[in-house]
Amino acid sequence: MQDFNYHAPKSMDEALAALRGAEGAKLIAGGHSLLPVMKLNLAMPTDLVSLAGVPGLAEIADDGDSVTVGAMCTHAQVAASGVVQGRIPALAAMAEGIGDAQVRNAGTIGGSVAHNDPAADYPAACVALAATIVTDRREIAADDFFQGLFATALAEDEVITAVRFPAPDRAAYAKFANPASKYAVAGVMVAAGADGVRVAVTGASGDGVFRVAEMEAVLAGSFSAEAVAGIAVSSDGMLSDGAAGAEYRAHLVAVMAKRAVEACG
Amino acid sequence: MPTVTMTVNGTQRTGTVEGRTLLAEFLREHLGLTGTHVGCDTSQCGACVVHVDGSSVKSCTCLAVQADGAEITTIEGLANGADLHPMQEAFRDHHGLQCGFCTPGMVMSAIDLANRSPDPSEHEVREWLEGNLCRCTGYHNIVKAVQAGARAMGGGS
Amino acid sequence: MSGNGTGIGASVKRKEDARFLTGRGRYTDDINLPGQLYGYILRSGMAHAKIGTVHTEAAKAAPGVHAVFTGKDMEGVGGIPTGWLIHSKDGSPMVEPPHPALATDKVRYVGDCVAIVVAETKEQARAAAHLIDVEREELPAVASIEAAEAEGAPLVFDEAPGNVCYDWEVGDRAATDAAFADAAHVVSIDVVNNRLIPNAIEPRAAIANYDPATGDYTLYTTSQNPHLVRLLLGAFVLGLPEHKLRIVAPDVGGGFGSKIPHYAEEAILTWTAGKLGRPVKWTCERIDAFKSDTHGRDHISTAKLALDADGKFLGLHVSTRANLGAYLSTFATCVPTYLYGILFAGPYTTPAVYCEVKSFFTNTVPVDALRGAGRPEATYLLERLVDKAAVELGMDRVEIRRKNFIREFPYQTPVALQYDQGDYDATLDLALKAADWDGFEGRRAEAAARGKRRGIGISTFIEACGIAPSAVVGSLGARAGLYESGSVRVHPTGSVSVFTGTHSHGQGHETTFAQIVSDMLGVDFDAVDVVHGDSAKIPFGMGTYGSRSLAVGGTAIYLAVEKVIEKGKKIAAHLLEASAEDIEFKDGSFTVAGTDRSKSLGEVALTAYVPHNYPAGLEPGLEETAFYDPLNFTFPAGTHIAEVEVDPETGEVELVAVTGADDVGRIINPMIVDGQLHGGLAHGIGQALLEECRYQEDGQLETGSYLEYTMPRAADLPSFNINHNTTLCTHNPLGAKGVGEVGSIGVPPAVINAVIDALRPLGVNDISMPATSQRVWQAIQQAQG
Ligand SMILES: Cc1cc2nc3c(=O)[nH]c(=O)nc-3n(C[C@H](O)[C@H](O)[C@H](O)COP(=O)(O)OP(=O)(O)OC[C@H]3O[C@@H](n4cnc5c(N)ncnc54)[C@H](O)[C@@H]3O)c2cc1C
Ligand code: FES
Ligand code: FES
Repeated sequence: MQDFNYHAPKSMDEALAALRGAEGAKLIAGGHSLLPVMKLNLAMPTDLVSLAGVPGLAEIADDGDSVTVGAMCTHAQVAASGVVQGRIPALAAMAEGIGDAQVRNAGTIGGSVAHNDPAADYPAACVALAATIVTDRREIAADDFFQGLFATALAEDEVITAVRFPAPDRAAYAKFANPASKYAVAGVMVAAGADGVRVAVTGASGDGVFRVAEMEAVLAGSFSAEAVAGIAVSSDGMLSDGAAGAEYRAHLVAVMAKRAVEACG
Repeated sequence: MPTVTMTVNGTQRTGTVEGRTLLAEFLREHLGLTGTHVGCDTSQCGACVVHVDGSSVKSCTCLAVQADGAEITTIEGLANGADLHPMQEAFRDHHGLQCGFCTPGMVMSAIDLANRSPDPSEHEVREWLEGNLCRCTGYHNIVKAVQAGARAMGGGS
Repeated sequence: MSGNGTGIGASVKRKEDARFLTGRGRYTDDINLPGQLYGYILRSGMAHAKIGTVHTEAAKAAPGVHAVFTGKDMEGVGGIPTGWLIHSKDGSPMVEPPHPALATDKVRYVGDCVAIVVAETKEQARAAAHLIDVEREELPAVASIEAAEAEGAPLVFDEAPGNVCYDWEVGDRAATDAAFADAAHVVSIDVVNNRLIPNAIEPRAAIANYDPATGDYTLYTTSQNPHLVRLLLGAFVLGLPEHKLRIVAPDVGGGFGSKIPHYAEEAILTWTAGKLGRPVKWTCERIDAFKSDTHGRDHISTAKLALDADGKFLGLHVSTRANLGAYLSTFATCVPTYLYGILFAGPYTTPAVYCEVKSFFTNTVPVDALRGAGRPEATYLLERLVDKAAVELGMDRVEIRRKNFIREFPYQTPVALQYDQGDYDATLDLALKAADWDGFEGRRAEAAARGKRRGIGISTFIEACGIAPSAVVGSLGARAGLYESGSVRVHPTGSVSVFTGTHSHGQGHETTFAQIVSDMLGVDFDAVDVVHGDSAKIPFGMGTYGSRSLAVGGTAIYLAVEKVIEKGKKIAAHLLEASAEDIEFKDGSFTVAGTDRSKSLGEVALTAYVPHNYPAGLEPGLEETAFYDPLNFTFPAGTHIAEVEVDPETGEVELVAVTGADDVGRIINPMIVDGQLHGGLAHGIGQALLEECRYQEDGQLETGSYLEYTMPRAADLPSFNINHNTTLCTHNPLGAKGVGEVGSIGVPPAVINAVIDALRPLGVNDISMPATSQRVWQAIQQAQG
């Protein structure tokens, strides 16, 4: 790993200043996506700016018809949160299924969303639940936020402060994990609420999270597992690797979608 | 170079590190606490698990500077003199270790579970240990040890 | 032998645990020597390339760098040797190309060592290594057996036409052909034995030191057999006499075969320390371990079984092609031959057996022993074939096995081995009962109601362990003897140090061997310490592999204790004014037979060291060494049963139950024995369901980290149902057979047979290891058309 300057700002202003202060500066939250890639020299930031000391980023708030999760909330915190469990149990369950216990103790929602790993779980939750990504300067709808492989709408010096999730009427997440890495091979979040029925898929496509319009349309008419079971997903554009070829992935998307609908009860 | 100060196993320790120095390296190489092991470079094996402010963390995926000011507990800090921690005792009683290399991380991870769930089921233990690889034991006795250790802890470390 | 307390047969808590549980283990990477430098090995990123000049100037000028060495610098140093000479069918010796520690003219696999950079810190060494510019001309690679044997395939070595190392055979071909001519049924099968990456959780590491004052070299290394490393490194590579080379294998975090071979890095480091006159430390990163620790298995086989009308086996014909990787590692050549072909009688009376094995060089990591080494490959093939025969003949899977069991011992197989003892019916019955085999159909129906396909599978097997009788293996091409040494030193006050040439890296020798000695000598368990892993402390040893430590190493200790007792009797006789023949030794006391006159071991020991009143002509001291060369292999045997549930929608296989009934010979410490079984089972299950090393066609390793290579985790496995039925080995005094590899040998076919049993109603008749969800799903798709 290449060495870097480390900054531990105590306020958002300091963080932004540090981030702008060096060409190759990067934020670090839990470090559970960033440090592994730095170890492989796939990222070589000159400066790391930690958000750990910036106040107010690790809170979970119940806003009535939505839940706001601070960017620095760990997966473990989200999974164990009474508010999340009460308002959006599917989100708590999804967080409980990320990585392993130690990853959940360190990794954050902000880091996960900003990293936009094509096999990460949060992007599916954000898109299906029609979440809003709140940054230091604006609010971005999840649909607009995720822009393909490791790409997001964030500016270089933009900091996610929170993610706001509207509480759905019902929602569930079904994940088929890669047996080695435990990241999603096919993860499907299905949600029905004020924004209608939304089906978002992670893990399967090289372009990252995507919605399945056909399933959404069918489910809007009849919210049942049988309704969605008949819909074949095309393997075009699906990732293909040793654990799962494109065809198998496409099949798993259909199966996980069905199971997620079933789990919605 | 940054200076870090943390409380390690109850004692305040200070050291000068590089930004990139991992907590695992700080413990092993700066403080000589070689009980914490490193078994991989992709954050998966769990041999390096320690407690940071009471919860289990992979010390290979945490910068020493990130742990500045924190309370760290490593495998060396569990026993009280000659008296093993109940989780250590349970691993010994149930033969939950063979070569011993995964053991420090297993024990630290297990204590975190026990702190959250004082009487975990076999299923709960097996799921919890996802981040801890062991090549020797087949996990059979580790699972038994963790269950027994958690019960012996009586809901707290 | 007492059987309780801390003696033989008791589940004594392990001595080694106190240090491991408190973080006081001392593994190689925990060792730091004053003034040490750090080595980083630059490895080839190409599978096959000619190398020209290696430009090291920039690296040498980098901060903190002390030296950079390449293959050119090490020219004149010997190559890494291999330990076993195999002859082909036509009598010609195998092709044995040189294996330079650092590549000279060519690199032959991704991971091949190209240069070492030595610097003040690890980071400096690594950073400088990336400044090295290697002139390379990439060559086409052969990364699989199929590619290696293809017409006109690129050659890994010019001296090995067709990439063949040897074309070997065992058994009577004519008799086997005749058996097929007479057969009522012939059943055939094609199987692949998937390549595995061993993945001991402790990565390899080494630290070498040279003392210019004495000319002594010391190498701390993660090895299962320090003396073997000393022999190979000293005699063959660096040309150092044994007394100038000390090898220490301290606490080692698992081996599973991958820490048997003498590795190039050990030679490079030791040589470099000599050049620089400073200690040099190297710790393998996991990412490098994937491409440099020897891999295991990797066979393609086709076999056929001849049966009579009643299902009795008449003959077995096996043709195997094995991948040896890019160079011949220490035991590479014997694993697919003498640890494989001679296993094909299994527990069955098949009168004619023939096995031929063609081994290939490929541009992949060298292949060597991995937990079971050869025997899992043989057992997998045989037990898959027997199951297939049952199905094709419409016979019960259990009955076909029972019909063919060997029941009379000793039994001479048609492929060299002579089994001394066993009771295969007993382990079969025990396993069937413990697994509730008869109640399975009910469970199948219950699972079906939940939409799951449930299957049950069985494997009945033997293994040859306790390697090995030196004369036998010598005649088969081994370049070393495979005996073991043991020394027992009774100290003046009666405590005991035991020195063994085996090495414990998880097996608990410090406990098991102390139990034996404390039991035999009547000494408190805590007063016995076992020393291993240091060539300066132990007379000689062949190390730990092939489930040999107790049967061979334990026996050496047993014999040394007997010698101690013999000598003690002479001393006691003198003190008691009796004749040595009249002295009996029991529970730590030497007693004149039929009297109450006795001397304790402590008194005798003290006399031995303070010989004021001592038998004339007897040497003082109470320390004995024994070398034990086994008379035969040992033959553990057993039955493993696996039960699975398949989700037909996703192809996921859940392993719901594993039952073992094993005969591992005398059990010294049941707790430790069961732990060994658990570990082996997990390894075998890993092979059957999860683990697979995959190379791309160009020789790039596709499964090069834990992100792609699936290790068994706790949630992948059930708790194991272990049962024992013991028959004693007849030719060692402990009656011990061996247990370390049982699980990985017996269970893979049971698991795959279970998966096939589950899927057969869907029309699936074959599935390859590992039965991953994708593979199972594809098989179902295919069968359903
Ligand atoms: C072994 C292992 C298994 C895992 N398994 C899973 C899994 O199953 N599913 C899954 O979804 N994930 C998984 N992860 C990833 C894990 O969830 C990460 O923690 C998460 O993706 C990133 O969060 P972090 O806080 O660690 O971010 P960091 O690693 O600190 O940062 C990641 C990126 O986000 C940027 N960033 C961080 N915070 C912000 C912010 N507030 N605003 C803007 N940019 C920011 C950083 O600059 C960096 O580029 C796994 C990780 C590991 C090591
Ligand atoms: S060393 Fe493997 S997870 Fe930390
Ligand atoms: S005890 Fe050896 S890896 Fe777990």
